[in-house]
Amino acid sequence: MSLATVAVIRLPVWRARFVLTLLVAAFLMLIARSVYLQAMRTEFLQEKGEARYARVLEVPATRGRILDRKGEALAVSTPVKSIWAMPDAVSPEPAARAALARVLGMAPADLERRIAGGEGRDFVYLKRQVPPEEAERVAALGVPGVFQHKEFRRYYPGGEIAAHLVGFTGVDDVGQEGLELAYQDSLGGKPGSRRVIKDRLGRVVEDIGSVRAGQDGRDLILAIDAKIQSIAYGALKSAVERHRARAGAVVVIDVLSGEVLALANAPSFNPNNRERLSAGQMRNRVLTDTFEPGSTMKPFTVALALENGKVRADSRVDTGNGRLTIANFTIQDTHPAASMTVTEVLQKSSNVGAARLALGLPAEAMWDLYRRVGLGEAPELGFPGAAAGRVRHYRSWRPIEQATMSYGHGISVSLMQLARAYTVFARDGELVPLTLTRASGRVHGEKVFSAETARAVRAMLEAAVQTGATGPRARAPGWRVAGKTGTAHKVIDGRYAADRYLSSFVGFAPVSAPRLVIATMIDEPTAGGYYGGLVAAPVFSQVMQGALRLLGVPLDAPPVPIELPGENDDMREST
Amino acid sequence: MAKLSLVLLAVLVLAALATVRAQHQARKFFTAYERAQTLGHELDVEYGRLQLEASTWALHARIERIAAESLGMRAPDARHVRSIVLPAGARQ
Repeated sequence: MSLATVAVIRLPVWRARFVLTLLVAAFLMLIARSVYLQAMRTEFLQEKGEARYARVLEVPATRGRILDRKGEALAVSTPVKSIWAMPDAVSPEPAARAALARVLGMAPADLERRIAGGEGRDFVYLKRQVPPEEAERVAALGVPGVFQHKEFRRYYPGGEIAAHLVGFTGVDDVGQEGLELAYQDSLGGKPGSRRVIKDRLGRVVEDIGSVRAGQDGRDLILAIDAKIQSIAYGALKSAVERHRARAGAVVVIDVLSGEVLALANAPSFNPNNRERLSAGQMRNRVLTDTFEPGSTMKPFTVALALENGKVRADSRVDTGNGRLTIANFTIQDTHPAASMTVTEVLQKSSNVGAARLALGLPAEAMWDLYRRVGLGEAPELGFPGAAAGRVRHYRSWRPIEQATMSYGHGISVSLMQLARAYTVFARDGELVPLTLTRASGRVHGEKVFSAETARAVRAMLEAAVQTGATGPRARAPGWRVAGKTGTAHKVIDGRYAADRYLSSFVGFAPVSAPRLVIATMIDEPTAGGYYGGLVAAPVFSQVMQGALRLLGVPLDAPPVPIELPGENDDMREST
Repeated sequence: MAKLSLVLLAVLVLAALATVRAQHQARKFFTAYERAQTLGHELDVEYGRLQLEASTWALHARIERIAAESLGMRAPDARHVRSIVLPAGARQ
């Protein structure tokens, strides 16, 4: 190519312009698009982007533990696995299914039925709440279509001992009975969820923020002392067996703090394995059942008579040779006498004496007393189904009813109410508010009687457990004990059954500075006697000794063994 | 002017790299934190299980049975109990 051949080629101007316009248009389009994406669609796109790497994680709340006053575990949740399957995806191979059934401890036919039962659905439980080791063996099988997820299971290390108080949770770890139900909100906590960024390997690399703040359940610390509870349950259970009774209950109250240190029922159940549970086993007879208390109500009649200045401890009461007839109804005594001192009325558990004292009192005052010691209204314990009992209004009382009420007929109370009512004698006239959760220090009580009246009744109740009275078997060597027996005929279909009894004993110790009130009740003892002094008093004695020893309460009596009398005539009583 | 731009460019690049590094580290730390938390939770669960086990072994009835059966122990009878009053100020 030579220079000569170089010619200037002039291109038309429009071509340059055309290209330029195209380029500008392309840029404008790009700018418009990016403005559209960046400014107008930004939220939608960011959302889409986040969805590729951000995940919402559920944060399950662990259920709080239930502990006794010393931190001993009564109920603890631990994670277990539940095995589930997608029925359509489960490997049809018979060998794999047989292996799965073997590891799950199920009959192959059962497994087949379960899988078949979920046909058409995406989800069917094969077995819930299996221990981690078993779950690992299932995972090791690697059967397609079988998966597992984490759940919590509640364990009750104490088993049957405190089953009625603690209650239990259902399969979803939600409280169903007892305190598990009552404190569901604080025990259960709130499950939360949070949004996180996960990397390619599934590790969480960033927390974007929590969607819902979760909260683990709080631990519940009870007033119960596991050791006293165990002693109480043991003593009760053996008494119920020995006397072939239908049921029994016992409650231990700390007089100073109002704490319930033990609450036991027999028959009981194992909350860890609740197959074949009968309603009778699950009843909490301390709180949810009421009964006619019988003679254990007499001290209140006596206290009211003392408080009103009608009598003194050594005043004589006309007991009319053990018979008192009011409007065609005759009240009878098992230890008839022409007259007795007020102390003897309690010692011999005289119905006539108590009725005489009651008839000298205004009905309104008696009714008012019953209400003030907490009868006829449910105790404020936060326990589901706590019974109120029944105390009819005094305007509807006839004289005979007022007389029989003085020895605990015609009113109904729960064992817890009865035990609480006795705190007025143990605490110089103050009624103590009760609590099922741990408290500390001396609680303030409501004044019902003067201190003098309370002390006088205390002395009489101590006399009621001496030899010759109805309750000598309640005594505990080393401590001075006071209390009252009760042997009530049960009310069946509105009538008093002649041969079915409810034996009870309520008392406290040590008398010099009362620390514990214990109430115990044995329902329908059919062997080895039925008097409260024979059936219920020994339970009281055993539990009282064990509890006072565990609490380190100073002795206030010479620590000599006490000859406990066998069944004798003195123990007889008819209410 | 051009010099200043170059310097600023260098600063910008450095800052960008530092940001990337910080982000990466934050994620690493977060993973570690996350792992520690999981471990903490697992230990909690383990603690619960151990507590359960301890409660089962320490059941009052079981201890009493072992004390009575294999060690031949029994609760002292009232004759063998002495009550001691501690002098004021003494700790229990």
